[in-house]
Amino acid sequence: MDIFLQLISSGFLVGGIYALIALGFVLIYKATNIINFATGEFMMIGAYIFYSLMVYLELSPFVGFPLVIVCAALLGALVERLILRHMLGQPNISIIMVTIGLSSILLGLAEMIWGSSFRSFPPLFPRKPIILGEIVLRSNLFYGFVMAMVVVAVFLIVFKYAKVGVAMRATANDQVAAFSMGINVKTMFTISWAFGAIAASLGGIIIGNIGGVQPTLGHIGLKIFPIVILGGLDSIIGAVIGGFIVGIVENLAGGYLDPYFYGGVKDLAPFIVLLFILFIKPYGLFGTKEIERL
Amino acid sequence: MSAILEVNNLEVLYNNIILVLKGLSLKVEKGSIVALLGSNGAGKSTTLKAISGFLPLEDGAITDGTIQFLGEELTRLSPHKIVKKGVFQIMEGRRVFEDLTVEENLICGAYTQKKRSKMIKDMDKCFAYFPILKKRYKRLAGYLSGGEQQMLVISRALLATPTLMMLDEPSMGLAPLLVEEIFEIIRQINENEGTTILLVEQNARMALEISNYGYIMENGRIVLDGPVDVLMGDRDVQEFYLGMGHGNEQTSYRNVKHYKRRKRWLS
Ligand SMILES: Nc1ncnc2c1ncn2[C@@H]1O[C@H](COP(=O)(O)OP(=O)(O)OP(=O)(O)O)[C@@H](O)[C@H]1O
Ligand SMILES: [Mg+2]
Repeated sequence: MDIFLQLISSGFLVGGIYALIALGFVLIYKATNIINFATGEFMMIGAYIFYSLMVYLELSPFVGFPLVIVCAALLGALVERLILRHMLGQPNISIIMVTIGLSSILLGLAEMIWGSSFRSFPPLFPRKPIILGEIVLRSNLFYGFVMAMVVVAVFLIVFKYAKVGVAMRATANDQVAAFSMGINVKTMFTISWAFGAIAASLGGIIIGNIGGVQPTLGHIGLKIFPIVILGGLDSIIGAVIGGFIVGIVENLAGGYLDPYFYGGVKDLAPFIVLLFILFIKPYGLFGTKEIERL
Repeated sequence: MSAILEVNNLEVLYNNIILVLKGLSLKVEKGSIVALLGSNGAGKSTTLKAISGFLPLEDGAITDGTIQFLGEELTRLSPHKIVKKGVFQIMEGRRVFEDLTVEENLICGAYTQKKRSKMIKDMDKCFAYFPILKKRYKRLAGYLSGGEQQMLVISRALLATPTLMMLDEPSMGLAPLLVEEIFEIIRQINENEGTTILLVEQNARMALEISNYGYIMENGRIVLDGPVDVLMGDRDVQEFYLGMGHGNEQTSYRNVKHYKRRKRWLS
């Protein structure tokens, strides 16, 4: 029983961090209908920038985080303005290829600048594990989770209540009608790329803080993909809940089943859950079907 | 009275080949309600889209002519800038944001409005015109009835506090009684808020009833225009647009055609 609780609770924490990264996908997809395959690389770049600020410039994390947010926003906005803006109206597959190309470019750049060796962050959080009754939670995981949840909550509030959030959702719903309200739809695209990049890069810092940074850190982005599809691609709540489901399933599968195989069940399990859910709900758990009034 | 909107010799091309507007000209006087009438495919919606700057979104382009609003040229501006200048279009077919609540739709209407206090005051004004919207405030707009959606898109426009409000077929798909109510409110908006209105309609009778001036277009051009009482008295208008037969006479398209000729002589 205590193993079960242990697996569930650490899975829950991992899931919260996944949710933040999934948000990085969804924020961009919802407004622009583009699946950003460079999300993982946005994470990795965010983590490296943070690492450099901490280690080379020896800044405090309280300065480092805001600076990473600014850099990520710039990166996202520039990518949209310089690359994807010109792809408006092109076939989806071309746009996807562009984001895949972008991920290779970012990967290459990171290797050029930081090399391919593994680096770990200076300690950010208290080392002491968090103990709740029988459950022991690694401190980096726990504080990373708390951070992820704070960022997710901020995004949810902005999206739900801020004027820019309402305008972004309006744009996602009907671009022409959004224009007719005086909303600059292209600016909304830029902002959603900036937001997506911020979510991804903060997720990257949290992951980097747990497992260290190397150029391939972004490969975790592939794991996030089933989460996004599971939640329904354009649903923010879906991304959050999908994140928790995958985090927990993955941890349970890893804990209970991996000993019977050569490993790998942990990585496979989320996809099996994904297939199962899509079988029942083809638009994902919370994806938009068109509203149909009878 | 001075014209706040002047469209001169407008030519519009879709997909680089389909010529839809062929030298259209019209004027809208400040504080008036102007009706733009014509049969299906005449180019009424295209005219409004040209004014609002929507054509590029549909692969259309203005190839000739000018659109002057309060002395400024609109033809090269992007749609959101045109809204900021005070021209707001209510598009054909009630384009509410279905996934947003009534409240959020209204907030979008007030997007160009800087002051929150003003927005809240304007919302109360909308609820005075359309009390039902207050009851539906938190509901998703996609689940409103057609009539309620029409009220919502008009309220969105009100919240933008435009100088010129353009409506594209507000009567489409609504029950006659409701159409009457909506038109009455359009008239009130014009009167109480001083909003100038350009109204595109199939329902010529209703539109002319509340308008001061009318334009009739066919095939991308204005074929007839005049103050409403003159138009209403015109036999061809009565026959073709108001559906009043003239008994023993043969109805013939030629009767309308001669206006085109006359128009050309005049211009
Ligand atoms: N995006 C487009 N691409 C190509 N042709 C178009 C486009 N939009 C409109 N047209 C054509 O332009 C002509 C005028 O269309 P428009 O929508 O302006 O007519 P309308 O007067 O509003 O008609 P209705 O009363 O049916 O709404 C039609 O022949 C239509 O097929
Ligand atoms: Mg039309």
